[in-house]
Amino acid sequence: MYSFRTSPVAMVSALIAVVCILGAAFSHWLAPHDPFDLASLSLMDSFKPPAFSPPVGGIDGDWSFPLGTDDQGRDVLSGIMYGAQISLIVGACSIVFATVVGVAVGLLAGYRGGWVDTLLMRIADVQLSFPAILIALLVDGVITAILPRTMRENLELYVIIFAIGISLWPQFARTVRGSTLVERGKDYVLAARVIGLSSSRIMRSHILPNVLGPVTVIATLNLGLAIISEATLSFLGVGLPPTQPSLGTLIRIGNAFLFSGEWWVTIFPGIALVLMVLSINLLGDWLRDALNPRLR
Amino acid sequence: MALLDVDRLTVEFPTRRGTLRALDGVSFSIDAGEVLGVVGESGAGKSLTGAAIIGLLEPPGRIAGGEIRLNGERIDTLKPEAMRHIRGKQIGAIFQDPLTTLNPLYSVGRQLVETMQVHLKLSDAEARRRAVGWLRDVGIPAPEQRIDAYPHQFSGGMRQRVVIALALCAEPRLVIADEPTTALDVSVQAQIIALLRRLAREHGASVMLVTHDMGVIAETADRVAVMYAGRIAEIGPVAEVVKSPAHPYSKGLMGSIPALGHRMVRLAQIDGAMPRLNVIPRGCAFNPRCPRVFDRCRTERPELLPAGATEAACWLYANDVPHHA
Amino acid sequence: MLPFIISRLLQAIPVLLVVGLIAFAMFAYVGDPVLIMLGQDYTEAQRVALVHQLGLDQPFFVQYAHFIWNALQGNFGISYRLARPVSDLLLERFPATFELAMTAAMLSLLIGVPMGVYTGIYRNSFLSRIFMVASLAGVSLPTFLIGILLILIFSVDLGWLPSFGRGDVVHFAHWSTGFLTLSGLKALILPAVTLGLFQTTLIIRLIRAELLEVLRSDYIKFARARGIPDRAIHFGHALKNTLVPVITVVGLQLGGLLAFSIITETVFQWPGMGLLLVQSINVADIPVMSAYLMLISVFFVVINLIVDLLYFAVDPRLRTGGRPGMAR
Repeated sequence: MYSFRTSPVAMVSALIAVVCILGAAFSHWLAPHDPFDLASLSLMDSFKPPAFSPPVGGIDGDWSFPLGTDDQGRDVLSGIMYGAQISLIVGACSIVFATVVGVAVGLLAGYRGGWVDTLLMRIADVQLSFPAILIALLVDGVITAILPRTMRENLELYVIIFAIGISLWPQFARTVRGSTLVERGKDYVLAARVIGLSSSRIMRSHILPNVLGPVTVIATLNLGLAIISEATLSFLGVGLPPTQPSLGTLIRIGNAFLFSGEWWVTIFPGIALVLMVLSINLLGDWLRDALNPRLR
Repeated sequence: MALLDVDRLTVEFPTRRGTLRALDGVSFSIDAGEVLGVVGESGAGKSLTGAAIIGLLEPPGRIAGGEIRLNGERIDTLKPEAMRHIRGKQIGAIFQDPLTTLNPLYSVGRQLVETMQVHLKLSDAEARRRAVGWLRDVGIPAPEQRIDAYPHQFSGGMRQRVVIALALCAEPRLVIADEPTTALDVSVQAQIIALLRRLAREHGASVMLVTHDMGVIAETADRVAVMYAGRIAEIGPVAEVVKSPAHPYSKGLMGSIPALGHRMVRLAQIDGAMPRLNVIPRGCAFNPRCPRVFDRCRTERPELLPAGATEAACWLYANDVPHHA
Repeated sequence: MLPFIISRLLQAIPVLLVVGLIAFAMFAYVGDPVLIMLGQDYTEAQRVALVHQLGLDQPFFVQYAHFIWNALQGNFGISYRLARPVSDLLLERFPATFELAMTAAMLSLLIGVPMGVYTGIYRNSFLSRIFMVASLAGVSLPTFLIGILLILIFSVDLGWLPSFGRGDVVHFAHWSTGFLTLSGLKALILPAVTLGLFQTTLIIRLIRAELLEVLRSDYIKFARARGIPDRAIHFGHALKNTLVPVITVVGLQLGGLLAFSIITETVFQWPGMGLLLVQSINVADIPVMSAYLMLISVFFVVINLIVDLLYFAVDPRLRTGGRPGMAR
């Protein structure tokens, strides 16, 4: 941990990341208002500018809504906290999904070899030749279009987690497959096979722990990407709906007010998104460098 | 006057955990036309010495003391541009792995022509003609056709021949060969060494042959320097060092080489291992492992002292101590 | 080389067929087209006749074959939303996307390549450090946010540049171009910068990383040991070896251009193919979506093939059957 403590960048980004995550996780208790409690909303509060800025359109700021309000009187800060929670959940879940699928496929391909390996890796390669965001968009779009309208809003969360996860699994699969190939040739695996352990047992208990190292790095590096992907899909309108808004959804909603001067509705969620992703990326970069044996 | 004179060369690496001294007061000289072998274990500092001489120490390593003179003129203090003119033209270098040493995207002819045109004023046609000649000299068959071939189209031994041609084509006075045969098949090693030796003699170049393979040294070198932990342990004519090594470390080295014709029950082994750079012992670096160690060895570091036909950095050969063979 | 091309094309065919299958299968979820076309009142005989006319009584794979055959001829059906042939819509919007993508690509190459080389060679200079920090920010800022910020600054606050649409376009033949009018050019600037920014940071980081890696290699050390001057080393030896892997990645990034153009077109309401796709997804306009799916796959197959061919041209090891990636 020596290099961590001496790297101011790592310290600051860790701090920001922790603040974001805590704020998001405990938004229920920390947020000053509940933007989804329709009863507490009042149109009298709408379009309030941030408390620290001069009045906009004749409306004053109000410190009980420190970052301003939107067209329905919802507090922007609270919206950000709830939205960040959703963004983080979607990002983390899709990474978990991609990891599970990718590790399973990679282990299978690396251990079995032969046509299984060739087929699985060919699929991964083909998918890798497409940008992840495009895959996510197409999967999300197709499924959303197919679902009956009534189910759409409820299922959207799962659809988007699935879509982003599907777009990211090949990286994990390739890495795990490579590590599995290396481990498979090692003596302890041979010994396990001689003893007569089943393949799945070997893969699970012996090889898996040894290939998880690089997987952690990839997962961390892609977390930021997953969050940005979700924000992008929500911004395009195929992500989370306004009833369950992520930061991306909030930005989309606020975008409509950009020209009429109520810039804060879209800009503050944007800043929150950037800060969160930036700090996660910096931490991921630092983690990758710290775990890289070559740089030690 | 010697061609190359290295005087108390010291190379240091500043690191987070303190400064490591990789070479400590290394002194030797190479005369015109001679082959000096430099042997030692991995990490003893052999390659670093070559790198320091040719001015290619990787940062943060740097020369912290001593002088390097080529033909009497100091070269360790030259500005980078001046040093560049020396490289290739006065001092050539051969590295270990011919596969990674040659640029895979340039034909061998282009790499030869480029080198010659940097240092010698030649027209394109003349440079190409000479390149073909060099390829022929190093034993590449059908050089007129192969001059436009790419490195991956040659076998390992052929590639190293190309590397030798590249190192010599600007007619340097000194060639530093760093493990030139280690990456090659055993059957090819002898040919490459013989080639190097012959060409060096023909073009009047000296060779500093760095290797951990005593066999190569015994066959090829005129003199040999034995390095240990960044210092020279012994230096002298090859025959003498091999037959009757003076320094206990050299003795251990020679004794650990299996010899045809001798019956050996088991190979002699030196106990322990060469110390890491940050834990070099006080006094003589070899003292923890030395079978002949006494008090002075642990406190004072020995200079190179005359020891019969060679010089050894060992207190056994101080004037006030009776000689032990 | 020809056998290589043929083998690549043969490998691509199963992929295209699978994508086509998905594109075709999507239609099954739309609901019964017969009901839509016949309305409330119809007789059984009318329904049977219509079913037969539409070919819906044929086995699944026969319908699939027809679908593919139509697609190969450029017939993608009729858009549900706009009631026009999909192929017409695509052709109409193609110039907009093309001009935007090309401009962005040019920008990113013109800025990215020199900056990448600069930060690789002079890696510790002040300017380089600034670029590295800025590029990290570039990776963390999603494209749509960059667009919004640019709109905020240059459209809303400063009012210099338009924030939506293409401006005035000039039509000729089947093309429409925005290059020939001032408003067209002004409208192009913000979207092109937005689209190109991500590419630029990517190119800079990539070239720099590759260059640093190459400069550490043995053959560079050997070139220095032969006294080759720095200029020849950087721009001769190192650059050529750097560009080989960079070409692949940049080629593949063309795909990224396509993906991010969808986002950029949405932010700026740029009337290209990307905006069409997003609008279609939002209303479940299946014919457009399925056409898009197929076209995108074809596009990527072609891109991959071109990149492989470029590799051939640049790396002599491939021409003579050697393996790339040796001698590192």
